Amino acid sequence: MQRKHLITAAAAVLVTAGCATVSMVTPAQLDEQALALHREAFREQGIAKLDRIEQDLGQKACSSPNPPPDAVVQQIEAQALASVKWPTGGVYLGDWREGEKLAQNGRGMTWTDATADTKANGAQCYNCHQIDQKEISFGTIGPSLYNYGKLRGVKDVTDPAAAPIVQYTWAKLWNSKAYSACSNMPRFGHAKLLSEQQIRDVMALLLDPKSPVNQ
Amino acid sequence: MKFIPLLAATAALLACGAVVSQTKTASDGIAEYRKMLEDGNPAELFEAKGEDLWKTARGPKKASLQACNLGLGPGVVKGAFVQLPRWFADTGRVQDLESRLLTCMETLQGFNAAEIAKTGFDKGEQATLTALSAWISSESRGMKMALPQAHAEERRFYELGKRAFFFRGGPMDFSCASCHGEDGKRIRLQDLPNLTKNPGDGLGFAAWPAYRVSSGEMWSMQRRLNDCYRQQRFPYPGYASDLTIALGVYMGVNAQGAQSIAPALKR
Repeated sequence: MQRKHLITAAAAVLVTAGCATVSMVTPAQLDEQALALHREAFREQGIAKLDRIEQDLGQKACSSPNPPPDAVVQQIEAQALASVKWPTGGVYLGDWREGEKLAQNGRGMTWTDATADTKANGAQCYNCHQIDQKEISFGTIGPSLYNYGKLRGVKDVTDPAAAPIVQYTWAKLWNSKAYSACSNMPRFGHAKLLSEQQIRDVMALLLDPKSPVNQ
Repeated sequence: MKFIPLLAATAALLACGAVVSQTKTASDGIAEYRKMLEDGNPAELFEAKGEDLWKTARGPKKASLQACNLGLGPGVVKGAFVQLPRWFADTGRVQDLESRLLTCMETLQGFNAAEIAKTGFDKGEQATLTALSAWISSESRGMKMALPQAHAEERRFYELGKRAFFFRGGPMDFSCASCHGEDGKRIRLQDLPNLTKNPGDGLGFAAWPAYRVSSGEMWSMQRRLNDCYRQQRFPYPGYASDLTIALGVYMGVNAQGAQSIAPALKR
């Protein structure tokens, strides 16, 4: 609303001044022009449709070198936490071996992938995180997750004392923005990148005391 | 066929590197590989082809590109690359190397620029553009990036490019800045240049076009950006679209003073 007023006001200035010099382009106008450039530039290809450049609240607010205002951060995080679907039957952990395979797999969701089905997707973890120490090819965009469960004192995932960290980890994987509005991490559950079972398997890789991550 | 031994050499070198020392990164391996090749970058084959294509009478008008103005005057190639993208008065647009070449191919040679822009990479006249880009960039090798920002449109495109760089979208919420917004980050073992500032000589914008060892292909800057968007899980960006040109202005101006090594040799 406010932005529209700004544009109208700026346009009026341009018209009265009678010369549309670029030095008079306002930041809000540049924002609009940049959006228009995106709409002009992209075409759909395979599974990558044009809805992918329609931004939601968080994507829009986090498209700047500066963080959004506190009130917006709180709104994004509250919405994200509310979006979390908790695991059916309260079963949080699957098989860490499957989790490791998913963590290694960086595929899925590009215009060269045949389907957006979760079965075709990896969890992308090693792209950005250290996890099992045996894997030396890991990225550094996210923090190291080596000894993730052990460092947090998880000896038995069914112990009520472990519940807060187990639930936090589930929510982080389902919708990373619940705890950090502009997190670089994808929203694996919320964006339908991984199924509930796939998230269980990644959970096991991180939290199962038997997982190599926690040795 | 020729490049298979090169690929094997890299693989062997990288494998060997991993055995010798686990702390040695893939980029060290690539740096060593580059040193081994030194005067043997396969990009040279594309440079030679590009120079021929520039000088050969082609297209419906059977003309060469020797009268093409890349910003420093008709036919001036040396030094043109490190000042692109820039404003062109004749088209009234900010253009990068490849969109400018499309203009010249249309006006001088009679090709249909829109048709070429729609053609897939490496096919038809797109292969011509790749070779031309390789040669033209090589004519500025060792020079410092020096994009002009005197024209208001060049400054506006910088601002638009900055917004494009930070634009988050797609199913994974990625922007260019997700990977290229901080110093010292990696995806797996691949070092990521911070493109919000000058990442240093021969890094980021000052390295493309480049010959990619992993795919055995010569990639122009437009193709590099195209694959970045693919990995961002975005839809398909138009070739030489204003969005991609604006990104070039943003990265190129940020890299001001960085020495160009294009066409470089890449993983």
